[in-house]
Amino acid sequence: MTAIPLRRRRGLSPLARREARWALIFLSPWIVGFFAFLLIPMIATFLFTFTNISLQQAQPLRFVGLDNYTKVLHDQQTWDSLGVTLKFAAIALPVAVLLPFAVALMLGSRHLKAAGIFRILFFMPYVVPFVAGVLIWQSMLNPDSGWIDLVLKGFGIADPPNWLQDPAWIYPGLVLLGVWGIGGGVIVYLAGLKGIPSELYDAARIDGAGVWASLRHVTLPMLSPVIFYTLILAIVDLLQYFLVPLVLNQGTGEPGGTTLFLNLYIYKNFFTYQDMSYGATLAWILFGITLLITVLLFRSSRRWVYYAGER
Amino acid sequence: MAGRDRSAHLAELAAGRPGFLHRARRRVRPRAAKSAGRSFILTFIAVVALAAFLAPLVRSVSLSIKSPQQVAAVDSPIWPASPATFTYKDRDYPVYQVPIDGGTKNLALVKKGLQSSQFADPASGPTGPLIVWQGSWRTLQPSYVFDPHFENYSNVWDEIHYPRLLFNTIVIALLGMIGTVVSCTLVAYGFARFRFPGRNTLFLLVIATIFLPGAVTIIPTFTLFSKIGWTGTWLPLIVPAFFANAYDVFLLRQYLMTIPREMDEAASIDGAGPFRTLISVIIPQAWPVITAVAIFHLVYSWNDFFGPLIYLSGHDDLQTVAVGLANFSGARIAQDPGLIMAGTVMTLIIPVALFIVFQRVFVRGIVITGVEK
Repeated sequence: MTAIPLRRRRGLSPLARREARWALIFLSPWIVGFFAFLLIPMIATFLFTFTNISLQQAQPLRFVGLDNYTKVLHDQQTWDSLGVTLKFAAIALPVAVLLPFAVALMLGSRHLKAAGIFRILFFMPYVVPFVAGVLIWQSMLNPDSGWIDLVLKGFGIADPPNWLQDPAWIYPGLVLLGVWGIGGGVIVYLAGLKGIPSELYDAARIDGAGVWASLRHVTLPMLSPVIFYTLILAIVDLLQYFLVPLVLNQGTGEPGGTTLFLNLYIYKNFFTYQDMSYGATLAWILFGITLLITVLLFRSSRRWVYYAGER
Repeated sequence: MAGRDRSAHLAELAAGRPGFLHRARRRVRPRAAKSAGRSFILTFIAVVALAAFLAPLVRSVSLSIKSPQQVAAVDSPIWPASPATFTYKDRDYPVYQVPIDGGTKNLALVKKGLQSSQFADPASGPTGPLIVWQGSWRTLQPSYVFDPHFENYSNVWDEIHYPRLLFNTIVIALLGMIGTVVSCTLVAYGFARFRFPGRNTLFLLVIATIFLPGAVTIIPTFTLFSKIGWTGTWLPLIVPAFFANAYDVFLLRQYLMTIPREMDEAASIDGAGPFRTLISVIIPQAWPVITAVAIFHLVYSWNDFFGPLIYLSGHDDLQTVAVGLANFSGARIAQDPGLIMAGTVMTLIIPVALFIVFQRVFVRGIVITGVEK
C-alpha cells in the first residue's frame, strides 16, 4: 500500500505509463491531423507573410521582411474590406444571437401546441445545402417576382427594396438570406431553456415576478453561457463571411464593393491574383482580429456569464 | 434522486397539475382560461412565423414546376399553372373569367370584339350556343388551370449530368464518413478512457480548433495538395476526414463518458486489450452517437461548397452537386428560374430527407456539442 505514493514521486508508474501509451495510440489520428492540417499550415502561413511566395513563383523566392505588412497599410481595398466586414458583422450579429433566442423561447413555451412539429420544421432549413439556400433566397428577394417585395407591395409600399442590388439594402438582404441558419442556435437555446430548474421560476413567481421579470432575472442569467457560446460562434463566422457573395455574384463585390468582405479579398488574393504571401498576411491579420475579439469577450464573460456549476 | 423527485413535484405544481396544494389555489378556472388563451395566441404566432420561414421553400418548389412561359408571364398565379383553353367546334380558345349574371364564369373567348365579344360556355359542351358579353375582353383576367411541369427536373438532370454529380457526391461523402467515424471514435475513446498527463489541456486544444478561421490554414494546405498532385482528385476532400475533427470528437467523447466503466473493466479482467474493449464493449453501446456522427458528416459533405470548388475546379466530371448547381445557376441565372429551382430542390431533397428520418439523432448531437461544454 505504501509503495504506490513512493513510485508516484518518481513520475508515472509503469501502469500509468502504459495507459498513456495507449492514449497516444488512440489520439494519434488527431495529433497527426493537428500537425498536418492545422499547426504546420498555420506556421507556414505566418512564414509566408515575410516572403514573396506565389503560386506560380515567377520571381525567385526571397525574404522581404515586413513589405507585406507595409503594403497592408497602403492598400485601400484591405481597409474597405475590413470596414465592410465589421459593418456587416455589426448588423448581422444581433440577429444571429437574438433571433434563435426568440424562436427558442417560442418553441420552448409550455403554452405552445404541437411543439414537436414546430421544432422539426423550424430546424429543417438548417440542413438545406448552402448553395441551394442562397439560390432560393436570392430568388425570394428578387424585386420583381420575389414574395417579400410582392408582400411589401401588397401593403402599399410602391417601391420596395432591391435587396441584393442596392448598396443601402444589401446587408439587411444578406441577413434575410442567412435566416435559415438559425436552426442550430435554436436547438442549443432550447436545450439550455430545458436545463433551467423550474424551482427558479416558482421562486420568481412567489416573489411577484411577471413574464418579463422572470425572463430578465431567471432565463437570461441562466442562459448566459449559451448566449455566450452563440455569440462567439456567430462572431467567428461573421468575420469569416465570404461564401455567400461568392455564390451570389461570383465574388465581384457588387453592389458597389459592399460584398467584398475581408475573407473574400483574402480568397481573391490567393486564388485569383495568386499572391499567396499577401493573402497569407491578410489571413493572419484576420486571425489576429478574431483572436483579439474572442479574448476580449472571454475576459468580459466573467462579468456577465453565469456558470451555475462553478465554484 | 431525492432532489429530482422534489423538482418534478415543483414542476407539477408549476404546470398547475393536481398536487396536494392544488385545493389551496382558488382561481383555478380563470387561470385555465388564461392559459388556453395564451396557447391560442402563441400557437397562432408560431404558425405565422413558420409560414414566413418556410415560404421560400414552398416558393422554390412551386417555381421548379412552372413552365418558362408562366415564369415570363406577368400576373400569372403563384402556383404552377397554364392558361386554360376550351375546344369549341374543333378549335382551341382561351378561357377568361367573365363577370356575368351577377357572378363570375369561366368562358372561352370565341369571337373578339371591341364593344362586345362572343363566348362559349364549357359547361354547355363543345357545340353549345355562344353567349354575347358586353364590354372589352381586354379587361378580363385569363383563367388558369393547375399544370405542373416536371420536365424541368428531367431537363436539369440531363443538362448538368446530375447522375454523375450525384455519384461523385455520394462516393466522397461515404468515404469521408468512414474516415470520420473511424478516426473520431478512436480519438474520443482515447480521451474518454485513458488517463495521461495534460489530458485536459489537450482536450481544450481540440475544442479551441473549432474557433480557428480556415483562412490561416488554407493557403499552405492548398499549396501542399497542389504540389503532391492531389488537386483535381477527390483526395483532399476525403483524406483529411481520416484525421478526426474537433466537433465529432467532442460529441463522441461526451457520449462515451456516460458509458459505465464496469463493463470495460470486466472485459479487461477477461483479458481483453484496449482495442478488443473498444470493439466489443464500447462501440455496441455507442451506436446512437456513431450514427449521429455519420449523418452529420454525410450532410456536411453533401453541403460542402468551398472544398470541391477549390480542389476540383476545372474538373467538371469529378465535381459535386453543390458546385455543379452553383455553376449552373451562375451560367444562366436570369434565363430560367424554373430550371434552377428544379436543380435546387433536387439538391436539397437528400439532406432534408436524412434529417427527417434521423431528426432525433440530429437534435441530440447538436445539443451535446452546443450546450454541454
